[in-house]
Amino acid sequence: MILAVIKRVALILLCLTASAQVLAAIDHHTFEDENLRQRYLSLVKELRCPKCQNQNIADSNSPISNDLREQVYLQLKAGNSDQQIISYMVERYGQFIVYRPPLKGKTLILWMAPVMFLLIGLACIVFLVRRPTESNSVAVSNTGTSQRIKELLNEEEQS
Amino acid sequence: MKIMSRLKLFIPLICFLILAVFLYRGLELDPQELPSAMVDRSLPEFSLPQLSVQTIDISRADVVGSASLFNVWATWCIACRVEHPYLHKLKQLGVIIYGINYKDNKADALQWLEQRGDPYRLTIADVEGSLGLDLGVYGAPETYLVDSLGVIRYRHVGIVDERVWTSILQPQYQQLLDAESESLEEDTKL
Repeated sequence: MILAVIKRVALILLCLTASAQVLAAIDHHTFEDENLRQRYLSLVKELRCPKCQNQNIADSNSPISNDLREQVYLQLKAGNSDQQIISYMVERYGQFIVYRPPLKGKTLILWMAPVMFLLIGLACIVFLVRRPTESNSVAVSNTGTSQRIKELLNEEEQS
Repeated sequence: MKIMSRLKLFIPLICFLILAVFLYRGLELDPQELPSAMVDRSLPEFSLPQLSVQTIDISRADVVGSASLFNVWATWCIACRVEHPYLHKLKQLGVIIYGINYKDNKADALQWLEQRGDPYRLTIADVEGSLGLDLGVYGAPETYLVDSLGVIRYRHVGIVDERVWTSILQPQYQQLLDAESESLEEDTKL
């Protein structure tokens, strides 16, 4: 029974990962140097397709992505550094093209917003956790109620 | 104290209003429209053949000199078909338009101009898309407004039609023309 479930889950996982592979565009670029190949793969994953938004140029099959991949390939072959290639792209297509924007005035909100939301969330939690203690103290100060609680507790102990 | 707790009741409403304003603004934003990195930068250097006279290469110096439009087009671009008649209209108005035939087949492009007429002062044949890449072109049609010094002033992505011309391009183009004639007057005074 358990084995069957595991088998089924494994099959589903296999299907999911296999389909993820299919998403990538067909790429004919070949590298003899493994190091260069790795740099190529990480670059095309980090560069964003200007035409088909929310896809990187590795996933996209649009003509512009093909061109940009070709450009990355040629520049890597020519011995350019990753930074040189990225600034080449940014110079032409703007900051939009990089999925990892640099930390500066205009992009500060992108980097800071998650921290800000985390702080707001924490503040809310602290606020909510602390509030019931306030209402408790109100209840305790109400002598009639605390008296009644004591009586009830005493009854409980005696029984 | 009581007023404070009453005011607290309005916090959700205030949050809602802020969110509503943001989302409403979002309705009018077009995420496909990217600000060009090339605005206020010089038209890139190039040396490419002219579409009609393939033997002579033309360069940046040949097309810079007065305020003009650079229209990126191709025969495979469906929207260019829609845009083309309006470019003729602009030519009649006296607007200088240079064509950049982007990643296209030369024979097809020549046939297109023969059939539909040629609104361009000249057309640069960018077969490899190298000039397109330097300009940051990501799809045709795109139109660049370039001033007399060869500085890119504006980039429009998509079709240039009556609405785009009168509301966006024409005012900026007029500004460039005015600046040009002013500087000419100053030159003659000197």
